[in-house]
Amino acid sequence: MDTTALSPDVESVRHSPAPRLTLSGIAKSFPGVRALHDVCLSLYPGQVTALIGENGAGKSTLVKILTGIHRPEAGEIRIDGEAVVLGSAHEAFEHGITAIHQEAVLFDELSVAENIFLGHAPRTRIGTIDWKTMRANANEVLTTMGAGHIDADARLKDLGIANKHLVAVARAMSIDARIVIMDEPTAALSAKEIEELFLLIEFLKSDGKAVLFISHKFDEIYRIADRYTVFRDGEMVGEGLLADTDQSAIVQLMVGRAVDRIFPRRAANIGAPVLSVSKLSHPTEFEDVSFELHKGEILGFYGLVGAGRSELMQAIFGITRTSGGEIALEGKTIAPRSAADAIDAGIVYVPEERGRQGVVIGMSIFKNVSLPSLKRTSSSGVLRLKQEFDLARFYTRRLDLRAASLSQDVGTLSGGNQQKIVIAKWLATVPKVIILDEPTKGIDIGSKAAVHGFMAELVEEGLSVIMVSSELPEILGMSDRVVVMREGRIAGIFDNKGLDAVRLVETAAGIGSA
Amino acid sequence: MKALFDIREVWLAAAIVAMVGLVSLRFAGFAHPGNLAQLFNDTSILIILALGQMVVILTRSIDLSMAANLCFTGMAVAMLNAAFPAIPVPLLIGVALAVGLALGAINGLLVWKLDIPSIVVTLGTLTIYRGATFVLSGGAWVNADQMSPAFIGFQRTQVLGIPLLSWVAVTVIAVFFLVMTRTALGRSIYAVGVNPTASVYAGIDVGRTKFIAFCISGLVAGLAGYLWISRYVIASVEVANGYELNIIAACVIGGISIAGGIGSVGGAVLGALFLGIIASALPVVNVSPFWQMAISGSAIIMAVALNARGERKQGRVILRKAEAA
Repeated sequence: MDTTALSPDVESVRHSPAPRLTLSGIAKSFPGVRALHDVCLSLYPGQVTALIGENGAGKSTLVKILTGIHRPEAGEIRIDGEAVVLGSAHEAFEHGITAIHQEAVLFDELSVAENIFLGHAPRTRIGTIDWKTMRANANEVLTTMGAGHIDADARLKDLGIANKHLVAVARAMSIDARIVIMDEPTAALSAKEIEELFLLIEFLKSDGKAVLFISHKFDEIYRIADRYTVFRDGEMVGEGLLADTDQSAIVQLMVGRAVDRIFPRRAANIGAPVLSVSKLSHPTEFEDVSFELHKGEILGFYGLVGAGRSELMQAIFGITRTSGGEIALEGKTIAPRSAADAIDAGIVYVPEERGRQGVVIGMSIFKNVSLPSLKRTSSSGVLRLKQEFDLARFYTRRLDLRAASLSQDVGTLSGGNQQKIVIAKWLATVPKVIILDEPTKGIDIGSKAAVHGFMAELVEEGLSVIMVSSELPEILGMSDRVVVMREGRIAGIFDNKGLDAVRLVETAAGIGSA
Repeated sequence: MKALFDIREVWLAAAIVAMVGLVSLRFAGFAHPGNLAQLFNDTSILIILALGQMVVILTRSIDLSMAANLCFTGMAVAMLNAAFPAIPVPLLIGVALAVGLALGAINGLLVWKLDIPSIVVTLGTLTIYRGATFVLSGGAWVNADQMSPAFIGFQRTQVLGIPLLSWVAVTVIAVFFLVMTRTALGRSIYAVGVNPTASVYAGIDVGRTKFIAFCISGLVAGLAGYLWISRYVIASVEVANGYELNIIAACVIGGISIAGGIGSVGGAVLGALFLGIIASALPVVNVSPFWQMAISGSAIIMAVALNARGERKQGRVILRKAEAA
């Protein structure tokens, strides 16, 4: 891609009009986590600004602030120079801000026209919905956008994801939105559909909308955006014109200084292969995945969101079916058909979504810990409460869990402590391989360090760990080797000796290889 | 004991005591131990049924076919007894349990294997089981004079001064308490209701657990089928018509969350007793049956509102503690 030649278009971007939207000094924190700190951002009419950053950099929090779902604790939002408060989703809507999400948030059972005009449908004189006008207006909006092929009467659920995006954009047009946020809109689209989406973004630009485009994919960013803003760890670390900046400079901004946190030192004592996966495939999520995990090793899995890492791990754990390939544990082929099979074989999985898939909120700590080990804490189906308590006490102590009582509901604990319980519950099954999916996502620094320290202890005891993580410092700080996945395939396996963060990001994003 | 009587149950128990107290102001004999024992005996069948329903509701399902199951099973054993009076009662009870279990298993299989929402499955089987009762009996009744004295007398046998029916209820309560608090099955039932996704990740088969829950509710519906017929000594297609709503009402009043995962054996028993006392106390103080229905209905709404409030309060506790941590 040629990014050096300045087209007339770039010249016009240089002489930018006054910004449509400016954020300054925005701060937002959640219990134990500082999500955004002193963030600035400007969006210009008729221009696309790409928001770039690692997972956890604060992009989604920013979108939620702009759409009125979260309120910032400090800072100012100005639209056309005028300070505004976005106190609710409705107020954001009134100010002409609309967001198009990864998964379109529309109403499947309603028609296209109803979706476009929901909340501002044209009315007849007696106050009922004027269907004829609504249908005509819908057709008009769709035709202006070049989406005349969509039937205004079609049910939304019968449309493909790309057409749903078009409907979402049509909705934005119909309310005369001035600021359009696109949060990874291409994540679920085919190459052809992406082209159509880009035509549409061009249309929005020519119509004078200010567009915020969030994507992990550099080719898309360079293709469609005029400006970029880079976030790292909740702060804005750089912005500018894409025409003046090459990819590696942006990657450098995203990554920042290499490992700037302290990770536990440990003596790598790596043994024979424990888990070998060969040519594992799934109908839609991943293909031809082969790797080996050794005894006492931490194998990092890095990649962009949607690279198929979690799906791969769920397949190894028996929750997702595979379409081919083989999994062998200590030389024996296994074919886990359920989580129970995998647990029996000695593979456990600490899922990414702690609240939904991990802890059972509403149950006490000890019941959570013993849940996958009920066979061991009962004899002929009858539970031995003392054994259960002993098991829970032993493992929660090992993880340094702070709780008043083991009978306490896990819902009363902080995220970090909940994560400790999820890990404790899996350790209690005495596994051979433990898969941790984003083990420190959304937990405070102290608990992060505790989880990292504990992982180091585990591998020293001879357990093998797979760590799926989108946090570069964590990947570089903890892994012995790193597997990088891209679009469902393994894009590279690296020894973590002098491994460069930039190289990982470039492999994950497909820069330089494609 | 904490699991049997948590704070919700204490309030419900207090309401029951207050009601008994109020009624005995007007009618002194009401709180007499003999009358209370009689009251428990009258409520026994509802208690047994409510416990079965509770297990199903805990797994985020519902069994609307329990009363129809009861009706079919009751008709089946009544006809068996009428045709072959020599069959001993314990064997008939065995038949009732087996038939009830089979009907419950049909519900469970449909929910598990076809993944149909339980409310739809059991709405369908409710009609089917009632229809099957008609087919089985040809629409005819089995009357008291066709039933053997042993068939009728069994539950009235006095043991330590209390009828066998009450002992059956006590035994069922004890068994349910042990299963729900002391077995891996009971724990899995709660886990599936509270968080089905996390249960899958913990290696629990959610579909199979629901299947077992329906088998349990079928089993107790079968048992209740024999008890009902031998108590009211008439078997017809109309038996327990609409009674599924009383069973569910007992559960809801007893604090069993329709959303699943929350509820206890103690709650279900108290919920059933509450309805039982309304039914027997209000006629004593000359309140018309229509007011009874209104009072039961209000109790249901109050129970749900109080439980919802209790859960919101818990939410606030979570926030405070998370901030302190």
